[in-house]
Amino acid sequence: MQRTRPVGDVLLKVDDITLSFGGVQALSGVSFDIRKHEIRAIIGPNGAGKSSMLNVINGFYHPQQGQITFKGQTRKQMRPHEAAAQGIARTFQNIALFRGMSTLDNIMTGRLLKMRSNFLFQLAWTGPAEQEETRHREFVEHIIDFLEIQSIRKTPVGQLPYGLQKRVELGRALAAEPELLLLDEPMAGMNVEEKEDMCRFILDVNDEFGTTIALIEHDMGVVMDLSDRVVVLDYGRKIADGTPDHVRGEQKVIDAYLGVSH
Amino acid sequence: MAISPGTTATANAPLTEAGYRPAWADTFPKLLRFQAMARGERAASREKTYGIWQSWTWGQVAGNVHDLACGLHVMGLGRGDKIAIVGDNRPRLYWTMVAAQSLGAVPVPVYQDAVAEEMRFVLDHAEIRFAVAEDQEQVDKLLEIKPRCPLLEHIVYEDPRGLRHYDHAVLSSYDQVQQNGRDFAAGNPGFLEQEVDKGKGSDVAVMLYTSGTTGQSKGCMLSFDNLVITAENGARFDRLTADDEVLAYLPMAWVGDHIFSFAEAYVAGFCVACPESGATVLNDLRELGPTFFFAPPRIFENLLTTVMIRMEDAGALKRGMFHFFMRVARRSGSRIMDGQPVSLTDRLLYALGRYLVYEPLKNTLGFSRVRICYTAGEAIGPDMFEFYRSLGMNMKQLYGSTEASVFIAMQADGQVKRDTVGPPAPQVEIKLTEDGEVLFKSPGVFLEYYKNPQATAETKTADGWVRTGDAGYFDADGQLKIIDRAKDVGKLKDGSLFAPKYIENKLKFFPNIREAVAFGAGRDHVCAFINIDMTAVGDWAERRNIPYGSYQELAARPEVYDLIRGNIEEVNRDLAKDAHMSSSQVRRFLILPKELDADDGELTRTRKVRRRFIGERYETLVEALFSERDHIDMQMEVRYEDGRTGAIRGRVRIDQAKTFAPEGKPEAAAAAAAGGRKAA
Repeated sequence: MQRTRPVGDVLLKVDDITLSFGGVQALSGVSFDIRKHEIRAIIGPNGAGKSSMLNVINGFYHPQQGQITFKGQTRKQMRPHEAAAQGIARTFQNIALFRGMSTLDNIMTGRLLKMRSNFLFQLAWTGPAEQEETRHREFVEHIIDFLEIQSIRKTPVGQLPYGLQKRVELGRALAAEPELLLLDEPMAGMNVEEKEDMCRFILDVNDEFGTTIALIEHDMGVVMDLSDRVVVLDYGRKIADGTPDHVRGEQKVIDAYLGVSH
Repeated sequence: MAISPGTTATANAPLTEAGYRPAWADTFPKLLRFQAMARGERAASREKTYGIWQSWTWGQVAGNVHDLACGLHVMGLGRGDKIAIVGDNRPRLYWTMVAAQSLGAVPVPVYQDAVAEEMRFVLDHAEIRFAVAEDQEQVDKLLEIKPRCPLLEHIVYEDPRGLRHYDHAVLSSYDQVQQNGRDFAAGNPGFLEQEVDKGKGSDVAVMLYTSGTTGQSKGCMLSFDNLVITAENGARFDRLTADDEVLAYLPMAWVGDHIFSFAEAYVAGFCVACPESGATVLNDLRELGPTFFFAPPRIFENLLTTVMIRMEDAGALKRGMFHFFMRVARRSGSRIMDGQPVSLTDRLLYALGRYLVYEPLKNTLGFSRVRICYTAGEAIGPDMFEFYRSLGMNMKQLYGSTEASVFIAMQADGQVKRDTVGPPAPQVEIKLTEDGEVLFKSPGVFLEYYKNPQATAETKTADGWVRTGDAGYFDADGQLKIIDRAKDVGKLKDGSLFAPKYIENKLKFFPNIREAVAFGAGRDHVCAFINIDMTAVGDWAERRNIPYGSYQELAARPEVYDLIRGNIEEVNRDLAKDAHMSSSQVRRFLILPKELDADDGELTRTRKVRRRFIGERYETLVEALFSERDHIDMQMEVRYEDGRTGAIRGRVRIDQAKTFAPEGKPEAAAAAAAGGRKAA
């Protein structure tokens, strides 16, 4: 399939990232880049440091060593809210939604950073606050339409099946209009049909909004189909980086996944 | 858009006898012109998008249709061409019908859930050159069959999502077509008005492919006269006005939707709303609160089942209140509505119940404003019918077919019975043949089946009567009672009457039983396949801590067999009371390990069982039913929704049900009934 927006320049670059928790070395000297408009997969066996890597990019963990360059700005560490303000949004491996709130309200929370009107106006819900909410609601409705979740608009997310909750979480991340979208195992625990749906949504997001996507995924079929480039981690080190076909042929990757006899 | 009325085509022209339209407005494009003149600022179409109900006035609809029609003309659509319309109910797709008709082309709505092969048959048979599709899903299907439909030239899509990278040699967007139309109209003012004026009432308005319980579907051609006059009669019968509002949610390819959500709206000028998506219909129904509602019994049954299950989960106070007031309603609700005497206490209790239970419940279901609601297509259960009527809903029945532009018989307000379908509809004549088949004559009688003179001749007699294929008779009040398909009414070995659908319907009235298929023609006794209702039985099982992982597993549970046996025995007891049905008691039954499905060809798209096909497909099971065996091992292929196939295998248990001695004197009573039927 041809792309509307060709893969562009480097959007994010991580350089020589080392992260440890006490004596546990989670990441050691990992470097790679993510280009504009591409879908970048991060794979690796359990405990390879994939989620840690996302948490570093996201500003949740602060690496002991290394640099992150996002949109040309280099920094050693960044707080999560700074990352969000700069255009990085994410979903979580274990869904982190407000379970008692409706789908609509959950996705609305993704617009929080875009809300400008002051607290008192919001309290009275007049003037700018009302207009602003209408504007954000419109944007959220487009996401609801995009993700085809109209029928659960008013349903508390706690009552939804797992696959739909994942979709709502994606919706909330999209509501922030991110430049870089981090997806932590978006398809974990889904059945084949739900996976196919989610794949289509990820491709559509990339295509329609031009969003750059970095995703962690275990289903190799999905990774090979979706991603432009793959980075493979094992025990906190990068062991391969390249196109899906290239990575699949690497002996180190095969060893990491299948194990080696000693 | 400026609407330039023809010389005689003014809004002030005298109306026809029915009082809805001037005589010049004899086609839908002309009716649209009339409505735009008469009530240009009133809402004509609604659709929920982005969470908000969007509305278009009759004037805006006329403008949209004008642009689209001009655009389609630019693409080459002309008089006599056929244009397929594929998708869920969308205002733009309804407009496409009128746009095509404006140019003298014939719209052919296609069932949106048809698999590619079914769609190919229709497109090929109708010689479709143009197709208008709702979205990527339908476009994919059309592109898949395009190589085998060489005549198909253009596909217009409504929703561009996901289609950006498709080859646009054959694809165009709806918006683009409208834009082309505007450009064309700028250089050719008055073009479309002239085209519309060329249309006559006797022209073909639409081709509706009947789903057909047997064989290939047939393209039923209906003229503007058929539809407009029938719709006018129907609207007058129920005193529909421009203030009514309906929700269009049934397939556009079905004649019922064509009359209720399209033809009657264009005649009476009321607003038709389209739901946001198939999954949101119940929610949209509640928000919209239609005044005129049509649904097959299945939908009312599903709603009732949902209400009952939710009431079981409600708190003790609410549950108690619900059951108490429902008893009051059952006792007096229908009688109050029909104006029959009811004691003062019950009247007061009913008034209280209305405040506490009935109105809130109706509001939850979206029926607060319903003035008239119809159900048709299948027999309806006593529980369900009583439930809605006792709530004060004016639920009536009608009997119709595609070949009649719907109406054959229908019930008037206040003269409603559960087991009949009413006296003949306005301007309809009904007669019965020797063997009980229902024949009719009406202004709505179809022109012919497209390219199928043989089928036309089989259905339409030389003197203008149309065979319905249904067997029935008139009861003492002159209301028609339909018992079964005429060809399905058979005889048991001992010569007694066997009307399978009659038995199946009795079984299906139990919420536990979703589908039933009865066998018995030429046999000693009657046996049946049962499909349990996953919602009702699943809920029942959960309350009793009966574990199950799938439909198949649940269906095989001995507890479920006991439950179903109880239901069957109740039916048998009931049948034993009916003189000429007492031999039809169900002796043996099995619960199918798979739900009957339209994708496997076991049901029609309108969910009627294809008895013969099922009999052949499950031949080994049928034979086992009529043997002495108590189980049978089976294996069969199933088709999933995405087109892949898989296999189901397992052991199916066969169980016995008690039968009862007939009451009364069968011979004498049966003879009297047969005689009475002929006399009617």
